[in-house]
Amino acid sequence: MRDGIVVVGGGHAGVQTVDALRERGYSGPLTLVCGEARLPYNRPPVSKELLDPATDPTPAPLRAASFYRDNGITVVPAAALGIDRGTRTVHISGGMAARYDHLVLATGARARTLPLPGAALPNVLTLRTAQDAHALRERLHAGTRVVVLGGGFIGLEVASAARRVDAQVVLLERGPQLLGRAVSEPTAARIAEHHRADGVRLGLGEQVCGFATDGSRVTAVRTGSGRLVSADVVVVGIGAVAEDRLAHEAGLPVQQGILVDQWLATADPRISAIGDCAVVREPLTGTTTRLESVQNASDQARYVAEQLTGGTSRPYRALPWFWSDQGALRFQMVQRIASYDRTVSSGQSVLRFEGGLLTGVESLNDPSTHQAARRLLQRATPSLAELAAVDHDIRVLARQAARARQVVA
Amino acid sequence: MPTVTYVQPDGSQQTITTACATSVMQAALAHRIPGIIGECGGAATCGTCHVYLDRSSESFLPPSEDEEAMLEWTAAPRTAASRLSCQLRPSDNAAQLVVRVPEEQQ
Repeated sequence: MRDGIVVVGGGHAGVQTVDALRERGYSGPLTLVCGEARLPYNRPPVSKELLDPATDPTPAPLRAASFYRDNGITVVPAAALGIDRGTRTVHISGGMAARYDHLVLATGARARTLPLPGAALPNVLTLRTAQDAHALRERLHAGTRVVVLGGGFIGLEVASAARRVDAQVVLLERGPQLLGRAVSEPTAARIAEHHRADGVRLGLGEQVCGFATDGSRVTAVRTGSGRLVSADVVVVGIGAVAEDRLAHEAGLPVQQGILVDQWLATADPRISAIGDCAVVREPLTGTTTRLESVQNASDQARYVAEQLTGGTSRPYRALPWFWSDQGALRFQMVQRIASYDRTVSSGQSVLRFEGGLLTGVESLNDPSTHQAARRLLQRATPSLAELAAVDHDIRVLARQAARARQVVA
Repeated sequence: MPTVTYVQPDGSQQTITTACATSVMQAALAHRIPGIIGECGGAATCGTCHVYLDRSSESFLPPSEDEEAMLEWTAAPRTAASRLSCQLRPSDNAAQLVVRVPEEQQ
């Protein structure tokens, strides 16, 4: 490889890719194109600590500037504009270009916006970047009337941050429960209980159908049931859209994200896609998976780095896990697969089963159970019967498995 | 400036100068110290920045309840010296720490 590897995207996936490539001994040219002016930073705090006026508004960089310098990584703080696959060139704003032998697209996702009149007014905000967090925290004060649209993870984290500064918070979710199908009904109910106790007014089953404005800002949110909810600030947290424009314009297949195979390769073998922007298709079933998480970004990045340094030919496989901090509530989840046909509550956690086998575990302020489930599911798939025998305490099974491994070792 | 010495399982070591309030995990990532992953960015939720705190001129608060819960499930054996390095943030400008990196994190 003479032109080297170009990585587009300054999130966890992009940074982990260049880090892992150097760690594995790749010594060719390495370029990281990131659209923001600042060095790549830690993303989860954007919807958590960075909204707290008591914290440093500067996000913590994922790696210090010296890391890129010492490891010969060229960081280009500008946006990628297009890909010329024929000449294997990425065109970058400012008239720059970077040639590649291999291109890794880690372009992430952007906040979904509401196609309603008034949604572009300045007090209607979305949250994706440190800059967005800054704009929002400037507007959060005691007594501020905040209307959060969407009961997903971002919306709930924003609600907690707003309550922390004693803002008045109304959260509207069009579905019958919080977090849609991401979590089971018992967990969603407990999370709702937490937010109600925290002073958030939850409107479940409330569809937003319009904004009332005074011409320069939104003054209220109008719901399908005819309610008018007064607002100083509206935060739209209705999910994210994969950034697949570059791939699409370069003629690569996209399907609400950049389509990749089980080796995370796009239709062009010289281009991989990883992280929030990538849609992985299973060849046999045709099912597609796109995950938005640090774990997915990091695991896919390490996998692609391993592949590019000749280390693996097996398909990508990882155990997905996730967390969300909502004030005093820490939600953690691990899941082999997203589906389940039965749930069993165990203390502060909910176990999910399909066909009598454990598929995932949701935990609320129960890091021990979460971590035990991760350890166990990495190696085994316990059955409902096995778990019933230990009173559904997965920590007992995980300890047994750990002891058994020590004996074998 | 605080210094942190990272000792690898093979005995090799690297001493770096860091800054107050920068965690031992962040310092390790900045200098690409092998064996410390720190995937969650310091939220004490991934358990991939486990170290053994062998020596320290500064005394740290004992692990929080959350850190304790994570430490029970570290990939490498837990000892009395086990800590999540994301929770170790020197505040003494002259602090000197020696941490051992475990054999495995995941």
